[in-house]
Amino acid sequence: MWKVKSSKKSDSRPRIAVHKFSSCDGCQLAFLNAGEDLLTLSQLVQIVHFAEAGMVAPEVDVDIAFIEGSISTPDEAKRIRAIREKSKYLITIGACATAGGIQALRNGADSDAWRAAIYPSPQFIESLATSTAIAQHVRVDLELWGCPVNSLQVLSATRDLLSGVVPAPVRDSVCIECKRQGNVCVMVARQEPCLGPVTQTGCGALCPSHGRGCYACYGPSENPNTTALANQLRMIGLSDQEIARRFLFINNQAPVFAAAAEQALTPSLLQGEGV
Amino acid sequence: MTETREISIKVPVLARVEGEGALDLEISNGQIQNLKLRIYEPPRYFEKFLEGRSYTEIPDIVARICGICPVAYQMSAVQAIESAFGCEPGPWVQAMRRLMYCGEWIESHALHIHLLAAPDYLGYGSITEMAADYPAEVRRGLRIQGLGNEIIRFLGGRSVHPVGVRAGGFHSAPKERDAAALRLKLEAALADAESLVRWVAGMSLPQHGQVFTSVAMHNGERYPMSEGRIVSDQGLECSAAEFEQHFREEQVSYSTALHCRLHGEPYLVGPLARLNLNHTLLPESIQSLCRESGLVWPSRNMFQSIIARAIEIYFALVEAICLLADYQPDTPYQEIKPKAAIGYGCTEAPRGLLWHRYEFNDRGDIVSARIVPPTSQNQARIEQDIARALQSFGLEKSDDQLRLQAEMVIRNYDPCISCSTHFLKLNVERC
Repeated sequence: MWKVKSSKKSDSRPRIAVHKFSSCDGCQLAFLNAGEDLLTLSQLVQIVHFAEAGMVAPEVDVDIAFIEGSISTPDEAKRIRAIREKSKYLITIGACATAGGIQALRNGADSDAWRAAIYPSPQFIESLATSTAIAQHVRVDLELWGCPVNSLQVLSATRDLLSGVVPAPVRDSVCIECKRQGNVCVMVARQEPCLGPVTQTGCGALCPSHGRGCYACYGPSENPNTTALANQLRMIGLSDQEIARRFLFINNQAPVFAAAAEQALTPSLLQGEGV
Repeated sequence: MTETREISIKVPVLARVEGEGALDLEISNGQIQNLKLRIYEPPRYFEKFLEGRSYTEIPDIVARICGICPVAYQMSAVQAIESAFGCEPGPWVQAMRRLMYCGEWIESHALHIHLLAAPDYLGYGSITEMAADYPAEVRRGLRIQGLGNEIIRFLGGRSVHPVGVRAGGFHSAPKERDAAALRLKLEAALADAESLVRWVAGMSLPQHGQVFTSVAMHNGERYPMSEGRIVSDQGLECSAAEFEQHFREEQVSYSTALHCRLHGEPYLVGPLARLNLNHTLLPESIQSLCRESGLVWPSRNMFQSIIARAIEIYFALVEAICLLADYQPDTPYQEIKPKAAIGYGCTEAPRGLLWHRYEFNDRGDIVSARIVPPTSQNQARIEQDIARALQSFGLEKSDDQLRLQAEMVIRNYDPCISCSTHFLKLNVERC
């Protein structure tokens, strides 16, 4: 049951929290850039924790916790478990929280060497070898994809929950959105490499609207055919390395994309596959 | 009488800053013995995972360093790429980049003034509390912030991690009718921006003058965003390529952000430093508004940073309107021919100088990358300022008062800790 009700008697409004982990702070802006809607939200719910906005009470029980950022330090791994225990619904916002983020490019790399290359005294820097999605640490009730998520995504999820409705994010591909908008296909017309066929929309097909290929910042769409797309990218002249690099970008740890990259680098796996 | 007392204050979360940090303070015999601004935002290793990637990927990658100032990261990056490969985008591209930067200054400064800083001076914990007593001012602030975002969207499609920027220019040119519609909205907001300056100039801010070195870009012709040389009020003048000869980053044991110093000393970057070095380049209408409001530049009072931000919002709005006058779409980008080379970029992020250096191979893939964000440059200055500000405020004050004063000082710098790294633990020890 998704109906959110406040447990606190003196104030009947549901309580929400916005927590930050390893991130650029950009997904929190889905709230802070919401303008008048931010003021409306603050009347409909009690925002009990949202450090950047000035509310600080990480230990209070809440109805909805929004999580920005990935888990990349031992302290973060502990903190997310404490938040889960205090939150009725836990919603990840953005690529970092949902798939580990661009910083997960360090997973599999020699992170000690990276640390030593940047910091003269690496022993002072505490970080895990990997950057991982929140769902790898605790149960997640809803994932909102995007780098960044936008105000419509976070506010409609909140509205749905306040109305007792299960939020149902659209996971159509960017291709479908391009058709709705009447965009000319950049890959067909101009041989621009585009990840739109395997990427979920939510952005409004922004990149193709600007005449460039999609770079998959909203993560995998439903039932993506990455093999067919990799073949198409090869046909317009991309090398295996270049194809892999496109899958290994903003959502490099999304399992579908990670597998697609591995497959691209092992062309023998593709034999017999049609476009 | 010898009195020894030990007091420890813990503030688990510093609110209203961007990123995660903590402050340790030890006071004994009425003197600050130890003061450390600890930034423990987890390192994200951008400079390492840029290696091996193509120059074409840089604008989309570096935007992810900071959600609040992605345009700044994109602007320093494209400048560095173009300087490496000898590409000179024409006046249309330069004008549109400046327009996009105006959008980010307006958005970032309006967010800082209303969500982060003003509650300090008016005695509230957050903007939503403040909105109950200052509804018109808060709504005006949100409107201005929204307009800044709209300018970014005009060129970038979205305000956080915009998609329009590429090396050599933009992926596409906006339509004339969209430019005309945006210009009308900006003109309608001029009155808002002017009244914002008057409102902020009228706030009762702490009076605390101090000596510090201001560093900003300067070109003698127009208020700097992406153009000019790096100058200080102590006589420094250098190009982006010469940055490393004067500025050095050091690691301190308690912070994941490196401390950058100029000839070994702390210095200030950001709106107040920019205004101190460039106030004569503001349009006459804004200079006269300053005189009318009793504002004198250069200023030695860091608390006037909030006023500097309001003035820069007004300036950026006026500038954006000029840049949109007679707008016509043009060829949006220059083709790039990569070669093995090193490129430097330096532009004025909302929080101050943002310096990039990339080494490329002949395919245009990155061999090495180095990025020095404004917050690492301001960190040593913030520590110096907290020490002086608390001494002058009076160390005998209560721990709560000291903590609030220290937080207010930190917020003057609008530290974007995500850039390097909202959690301030304040530990005060007195003996």
